[in-house]
Amino acid sequence: MAMALPLAYASSVVHPFEAGRLSFSTKATKHKKQIYQFRKVTKVLAYYGLTNPPYKLDALEPYMSRRTLELHWGNIHRGYVDSLNKQLPNSPFYGCTMEELIKTTFNNGNPLPEYNNAAEVWNHDFFWESMQPNGGRLPWGGVLDQIEKDFGSFSNFRDEFVHSAMKLFGSGWVWLVLKTNERRLSIVRTSNALCPLVWGDIPIISLDMWEHAYYLDYKDDVSKYVNNFMDHLISWHSATARMVRAEAFVNLGEPKIPVA
Amino acid sequence: MALRTLFTKKALTRASGLGPLAAAAGDRGLGSGLGQARALTAATLPDLPYDYGALEPAISGDIMRLHHQKHHQAYVTNYNNALEQLEAAVSKGDNPAVVRLQGAIKFNGGGPFCCGFNKFLSHQPLDLLEQPQACKSKCKISILITYRTSFFLYFCFIKCWEGGGEPPHSALGWAIDTDFGSLEALVQKMNAEGAALQGSGWVWLALDKGSKKLSVETTANQDPLVTKGLHMVPLLGIDVWEHAYYLQYKNVRPDYLKNIWDVINWKYASEVYEKETA
Repeated sequence: MAMALPLAYASSVVHPFEAGRLSFSTKATKHKKQIYQFRKVTKVLAYYGLTNPPYKLDALEPYMSRRTLELHWGNIHRGYVDSLNKQLPNSPFYGCTMEELIKTTFNNGNPLPEYNNAAEVWNHDFFWESMQPNGGRLPWGGVLDQIEKDFGSFSNFRDEFVHSAMKLFGSGWVWLVLKTNERRLSIVRTSNALCPLVWGDIPIISLDMWEHAYYLDYKDDVSKYVNNFMDHLISWHSATARMVRAEAFVNLGEPKIPVA
Repeated sequence: MALRTLFTKKALTRASGLGPLAAAAGDRGLGSGLGQARALTAATLPDLPYDYGALEPAISGDIMRLHHQKHHQAYVTNYNNALEQLEAAVSKGDNPAVVRLQGAIKFNGGGPFCCGFNKFLSHQPLDLLEQPQACKSKCKISILITYRTSFFLYFCFIKCWEGGGEPPHSALGWAIDTDFGSLEALVQKMNAEGAALQGSGWVWLALDKGSKKLSVETTANQDPLVTKGLHMVPLLGIDVWEHAYYLQYKNVRPDYLKNIWDVINWKYASEVYEKETA
């Protein structure tokens, strides 16, 4: 996830070691002055950074080429991070975590200017981690059990996911989310930068359906891209980790108590 | 009615071949056929009036070929499928399905018709669109609307040595100066709006037939221009979906927008302008 890293300091800081370089006669007064200056609040500005995908850029070949990742991560994702950082100094939302920022700037459907950049930064981070080299195939353990419970079978889930991706009009994302209210897994399609975090749901896996995600590799053959994602790229390791965390927030194990 | 040969009345064709240019460019609009026929008509993919490579270096031949043969064709096919389903839903009285299919028709209908010939239906009687109609006719009207919002990408462009990029003169030129200040200001405005558009969509130079004013509009996805105003007529449209430029310009949409003005067909825009303001 994008972290706040301290990158810049305001110029009113005096380095404490400089205090020793003064001439003897005025040392006391100047030293006092400098201590006083040093006690002024230092203004540390922290911005979001671009995190690296958890694999090398050519690790997803041949299903997602290095060139695609270079452009998608290196230019597009980086562009969103830079745009967000440009907006933050003048924004009242400076200082939030990424998830707080997304939920606040979504503003219940009337998104503020920072929303798009923040959501896209988060979405892309999530997407890189939703994939791995030698991914795909089947999940296991609790994730598989939950999928079978909520979709009937893994192949039903897979078909529904692919179908949902193919039906998306325009740019957007397809998500496997854990719905907090319904307490079940579900497949959700969102447009442009919309992220299920804003509804309080917990995303487990995402797939970027913007054309820039696949156009260089697959041109217009969207179904091949989605199928390759399902068969070779999807990271069930990440999904498992996310489900484990999600279960701390959503009680999936509640038994159905029949009413007498 | 050369155009009616392109459409079948009752049975919707799944023609996937390229329609003949001459028939498609025939000036008899869809209206006369549609006005009579209660059935819905299908569409075929119109031909381009130039080679795929003719717009280089502004737009590469690869992009034009993919855009036309794959994307545009897919919209035509899906549009025909949606029409067929709509016809079935209407005749069964399945209103929820009818409403649901409007989205598919708007999307797929806007698509090809943003991407194709605009000579096609340029003189549809506006009153047909304005009269209140029963549900079934409303469906046809919405289809008509999507047809109308048509067909830009291909007639909008013209080879450089045939005058592509040459600035507009006479009526359209004066109107641009009045409404935007200068051609450069218009270009800058369209480029700014195009670059700022989130996701996929189109940037239009639109003429409001009522007030005779030009404006720059953007629509999302494949929404037709009429969604911005029932009396809006498109003069120029620029596709800012990523498939329109990604292979060549990668993610640098502003470069694509800057270069595309080299191949814009102002002659055609002037013709439409003069016809609509006459």
